[in-house]
Parts: sequence; structure tokens; C-alpha cells
Amino acid sequence: MSSTVITTDGLLPKPQAEEVNYLNVEHTISSWLLTGDHKRIAILYLISTTFFFFLGSVAAGLIRYELTSPAGVALESDTYNKVFTAHGVIMVFGFLVVAIPAVFGNFVLPLCIGARDLAFPRLNLGSWYMYMTGGSIILAGMITGGVDTGWTFYTPYSSMYSNTQVSLVLVGIFIAGFSTITTGINFVVTIHKMRAPGMTWFRLPLFVWAMYATSLQMILATPVVAITLLLVVVERTFKLPIFSPELGGDPVLFQHLFWFYSHPAVYIMILPGFAVVSELIANFSRKRIFGYHFVAFSSLAIAGLGFLVWGHHMFVSSQSMYESIVFSLLSYLVAVPSAVKIFNWTATMYKGNVRLASPMIYALAFLMIFTIGGLTGLFLGSAGSDIHLTATYFVVAHFHYVMVGGVSLAYMGALHYWWPKMTGRMYAEGIAKANAILIFVGFNLTFFPQFIVGYLGMPRRYHYYYFAPEFQAYHIMSTLGSSVLGLGFILPAFYLTYSLFKGKKAPANPWGAHGLEWETSSPPPVTNFLETPIVMDEVYDFDPVSEHAENMKALEKAEQAENTSEGQH
Amino acid sequence: MSAITETSDHGHGHHPGLHHQYEDMAQQTESYIVGMWVFLTTEIMFFGALFFIYTLYRWNYQLDFYIAHEHLDWKLGAFNTTVLLFSSFTMVMAVQSAQLKKRIAVMNYLGVTVLCAITFLVVKYFEYSSKFADHLYPGVNFATDAKAAFGEHAFEAGKLAVNMNHAQLFYGLYFCMTGLHAIHIIVGIGIIIALIRLWFNKANSVIHDYVPTEMVGLYWHFVDLVWIFLFPLFYLMPKPH
Repeated sequence: MSSTVITTDGLLPKPQAEEVNYLNVEHTISSWLLTGDHKRIAILYLISTTFFFFLGSVAAGLIRYELTSPAGVALESDTYNKVFTAHGVIMVFGFLVVAIPAVFGNFVLPLCIGARDLAFPRLNLGSWYMYMTGGSIILAGMITGGVDTGWTFYTPYSSMYSNTQVSLVLVGIFIAGFSTITTGINFVVTIHKMRAPGMTWFRLPLFVWAMYATSLQMILATPVVAITLLLVVVERTFKLPIFSPELGGDPVLFQHLFWFYSHPAVYIMILPGFAVVSELIANFSRKRIFGYHFVAFSSLAIAGLGFLVWGHHMFVSSQSMYESIVFSLLSYLVAVPSAVKIFNWTATMYKGNVRLASPMIYALAFLMIFTIGGLTGLFLGSAGSDIHLTATYFVVAHFHYVMVGGVSLAYMGALHYWWPKMTGRMYAEGIAKANAILIFVGFNLTFFPQFIVGYLGMPRRYHYYYFAPEFQAYHIMSTLGSSVLGLGFILPAFYLTYSLFKGKKAPANPWGAHGLEWETSSPPPVTNFLETPIVMDEVYDFDPVSEHAENMKALEKAEQAENTSEGQH
Repeated sequence: MSAITETSDHGHGHHPGLHHQYEDMAQQTESYIVGMWVFLTTEIMFFGALFFIYTLYRWNYQLDFYIAHEHLDWKLGAFNTTVLLFSSFTMVMAVQSAQLKKRIAVMNYLGVTVLCAITFLVVKYFEYSSKFADHLYPGVNFATDAKAAFGEHAFEAGKLAVNMNHAQLFYGLYFCMTGLHAIHIIVGIGIIIALIRLWFNKANSVIHDYVPTEMVGLYWHFVDLVWIFLFPLFYLMPKPH
């Protein structure tokens, strides 16, 4: 299927003028800000999530700088609390939850299933506006005083004691949450109802399967955190007691409701990462993914089990021992579908025709880093070892391995993989490969020492550690790594922007990948496909025999077309 | 010719109510309906958290909640329930009229639905006012004298049996949940009025396609259904043993 396009490209006469595509069809600002085109909305999201990622990274840089000395360097304790809260809130709600679904899901998902657009284009644009409104309110809160509760907003501190901009920021998160919900609704309806003829469920690329699982979680979990955070606002502003311990309310109930969302939210963040990596590994190994059905259903299993494990965040929050045991066992269960994925990806590469292009290097880095992140998750999921490790840098290192290592590596992989499709330009492959390795090294240098220092007892959210000056070596290593990591995230901004102006024109399918999005031109026309595609072959069909047959069919078709046009003359 | 293309699968944009991203009306209709039900699922999760909190606190403080609920007027609640049930009926009739393309009937039924919704809010206003008057709105001014607030209900076997802190939790949940429901009613009124306007202007999106009207109907039934749960939970409590 993929090579079809290459063959016909060679045979059909080249178009003279530049084709009309979604980028050059209109140039006014209002044509961008009022667009219903999922591809343009994806670009809007790409720019805005990059902006929030930048802000979150600045906060991260401040944290790392502060921790280079056991007695702190520059920040007051209050300011430090606000900085790490800003880092958490902006990164989680402004970047991680939205990044891959809203940018690449928006851009690629309709292309993957052969649809002209998402089911509800105006709702899609509305999602972006909600995201921007929510994000702006969060930033307004950060600028007018900040928040010192941490991104978890635990009551009663957040509802009764904190004198910072808690309400404003929570309203911002509430609105941004609705943007996630509407995106989820849009994806579910699109996947159910907008597939091209012949695109059966088991011909869906795994990207789409994982997006489906993500959307289910967005739909079922986000409303719960939305109402929970809203209740904190209601408690602060209207004085309606919900979690008030002084009246007999239960502040720990907030934690239950919060983690009922926020644990699935972890999978809302990582499943899109899985989505991307499945695509990258299959396409750069030129092999049908090993155990397609298992990988597809493991996404759904993760989505389902993800709802049953929230209690492992609360082993030390007055939860009964029996609850802890049950949640601990359920948490082990989630490791099974995650491991299914890892093994299947590895097995896909075995005897595949692996090509180490830059997106594939990101995928391999993801595999290694996510495995470490996942395995250390088991230490934290077992109640016994968790009691020692709770609220230490071990936890910080674990979730950065999963979220930063997992999500941002997959994000970078997706960006490099679909960049030619999105912009129609090729970037410099050499520097992109070097950058992937730079990020991998920087990432491990940043976060691996945190496992050790956390195990030794460094508490999270502290900016002094004069009680244990021997930790300084680990912190300096970590800060050094974060500078390398920062460089790794800044470089792409330059070489990708450079490629926009000076890059080679991208062909329709620069990677020889398999999938409907590679059958249309780069960048795609406004309606995605000039005519509705009909899917005839299986997913990731890199089988040489059927590929040859496809090529022959395309040749025949082209010859026929030539013959008929000759006949007309 | 146009009749043929309208019935064929590839009638791009030939049906006046068809949007460009869909192949045909069947696909559009199904997408709308699936989308609406998925949205209602998110609404269930949204209210679900509050129902969960209510269940937990009522389980913990059964007698306090029972005594606190005595101040609510079940007659007004029952009246409001009837009003909403009747509005559900008129909404059903509006959707049916939309399917039969009876434009005037649709507008009439939707109009009655809006009137019912406004009646509901007026009754709610009087109920809320009586709570405010008796200092039953949570906060520093919450009633401290149980006897003044609940009369003889506050006593169990001659002893004061209600903890005013827990009564405050009850009213916190009451205002929170009925308030959130009232917000949904207000949004519903807005949506229905917008729909009436579309029908009044003979907009293509509604007169050729009953599905938008049906979606508003689904939303309205959901709002009614929430009240069907709220009414017995707050107004009709049995005495705990």
C-alpha cells in the first residue's frame, strides 16, 4: 500500500504548480483562529503546548538550580513551593495530558482512518479555545501570586489554609479539563463512525487503538477530577463544606476522588506514548507488529485496570491495611498489559528490517526508559517498600521516567515522524539523530541519580538538605543532566524551524511507512484525501509477497489509465 | 437526478442538513447520537462524584441528615418533580413533532418545556430563600440553635439529637448538588431557546434533520433524571433506626 504511492508518483506526470494543501489554502490569521480543519487545529495546539512546555521547563530549571546547594541557592521557601507547583501544574495540565492526543491525535487520527475530519470540527476548535482559556487563567494565577499546594491540591491545606491563588488556578484547570473531555468525545465518535470503507476495527493502526483507550479514560476520569477540584473552589469561595474536617467532613475523600482521576490521568499521558511507539516500531522494523491483537487489547486493559489502582497513592493516607493489600495486588496487574506491549515491541524488531532513523531512536530510548520507569513503579506499588519510599525523590524519579521519559520521548518521536507530513519539509536527519541521543543521555543523567538519592532518603518538595550534605553530588549530577536535557529540547526548535524554510520537500511517504496518512500528499490537502480511500489490505502489511502484488496492481492501474487516455485522443 | 444523488451514499453536501465531514445523513445522525450519549456519560461521572460524597456522609451521619432534611418542604419538592416530569413529556412531544416536521408544534412544545423549567427555578428560589432566612446556608452564620432551626424534630426521646456541624454538611451538599442541577436547568433553558430560534428561522440544520432536536431532548431528559435521584435523596428520607 505504501509503495503504491511511490510507484505511481514515478509514473504519473508531476504537477507543475505547487499543490493546494491545508497550509497554503488561506493565509489570514482568522483562517487559522476560526478554522474547523483538524490539521490546522493540531498546529495551533503544537504551538501552544510548546509554549506551556517552555514555561514548565523554566520552572524545572529553577528547581534544579536551587537544589545544587544543601542550603538552597536563590529561592525563599515560599517561592520554592510556588515554583514546584507551577512546574507540576503547567507540565501536567498544560502539556502532558494534552500534548500527544491534541497535537498528533488531532492531526493524524482522521488521516489514519481515512476520514475527512474529526466528527465535530467546531467542537474541536472549541476544545482549543477552552484549553487556551484554562491555560491563560492558570498563568494569570501564577503571575498574580502563584499557588503553593503542589499540583495535587490536597485538602484541607488547599481548601482552608492556603492564602495563594488556589481558586483561580483550579478554575483554570477545570476549564482545561473540559477541553480534554471534548477532545475525548470527538475521538471516540470519530473512531466509531468515521472510518473509511474497509477500515475494520482490526485494520486500525495501533495508534488509533491506543487513542481510543486514552479517550475512554478522558471521558470517564476527567469529569470526576473536574467536579472534585470545583468542590475545593466552592468550599473556598461559597463556604459550602465538603471536605471540612472541623465539621465532620473527610479531607482524605478528596485524595480518593483526586487519584480516581489522576491515576487514570497517568495512563491518559502514557497511552498516547504507547500509541506513537507502536507506530514507530512497526514501521521502522518494516514488519507487522508482533501480536497485533494483544497490543490493541492491552491498551484497553490498561485503560480498564487504571481505574482500579488509585489507592496505591494513599498507602500512608490513613487507608486500611486491607485496602492497601487489594490496591497493591491490582497495581501489579497493570504491569501485565504494559509488559505485553514491551515484549511485543521487542519481538517485532526481532528479524525485522530495523532502520535507525531519528524517530526510531526516540522509540528505542522510550523502550529503555519506560521499562525502568515501569519496573520502579512496582517498588512503589507494593505497600511495604512504598512506605519507605513515599514522598522521596524515588517517587519523583519514577514518575519522571514514566511521564517525561515516556511521554516527551514519544512526543519527540512523533514530532520527527510526522513532521514531513505536517509541514511538507524534511529536517536534517544527522542532527536529529544526534539530538535523540543527547536527550536520552541528558534524561538518564538527570533522573537516575534521583532514584539513588531518593532511596537514601531525600524528601521531595524540600529545597534544603543541610541535614544530609552528602546528597549534593547526586543533585549536581541531576542538575548537570537537566542542562543537557534542556539543550536537547532547545535544539529541535532550531533545526525544525530551519527545515520549514530550507528543508528538502518531503515526498508523500518519506519513511516507506504503511498507513493511510502516508498515501496522501505531504502536507495533505484540505479534505485529507482527494477521494475517499478504500482500505483493501491488512494493517502494517509489510509482507514482501503482498507488497509486490500491490506494486503490480498499481502498475497495472497506471498502465490502464495511460491506455484510456491514449484511447481518448 | 437530484433525488438519486440524495439517496446514494456519495451525496456530498446534497442533503441541506449534511456537514462536509460526513459521507451521508446516516453517518451524521449516528455520530451525533453517539457523541451525545458519550457526553451524557461524562455528565454521569461529573454528578457521580457528588452522589458518592453524599452516600458516604449520609452513611456516617444518618440521624443528623434525617433531622436536617426535615426543614426541606417535600411538597414543594414533589411539585417541582411533577413540573419536570411534565416538561420531559412535552420534550418528547417536541422531538416527535420534529420527526414529523410539524414546525409550529415543535415550537409550542419547546415553549411549554421552557415555561416548566422557569417554574422549577422560581419554586427553587423560594425554597433557597427560606433556607437563607433560617440561617441554614453553611458558613459562619449557620444556625447554632438546633431548636430554632428544626423545632421539635431536633429532639429524639427528649434529648437534642442533631449535631449542627453535620447538619451543615447536609446543607453544604444540598446547595452544592441542587445548585449544580439548577445550573444545568439554566443551561438547558438557554439551549432550548436557541433551538426554538433555529426552528423559528427555519434553519436547515433543524428543519431537515430532527437529530439536533433529539439531542437537546436527551440533554433535557438527563437533567430531569438527575432531579429524579435528588428528590428522594434529599426530601424523602426514612427515619433511621
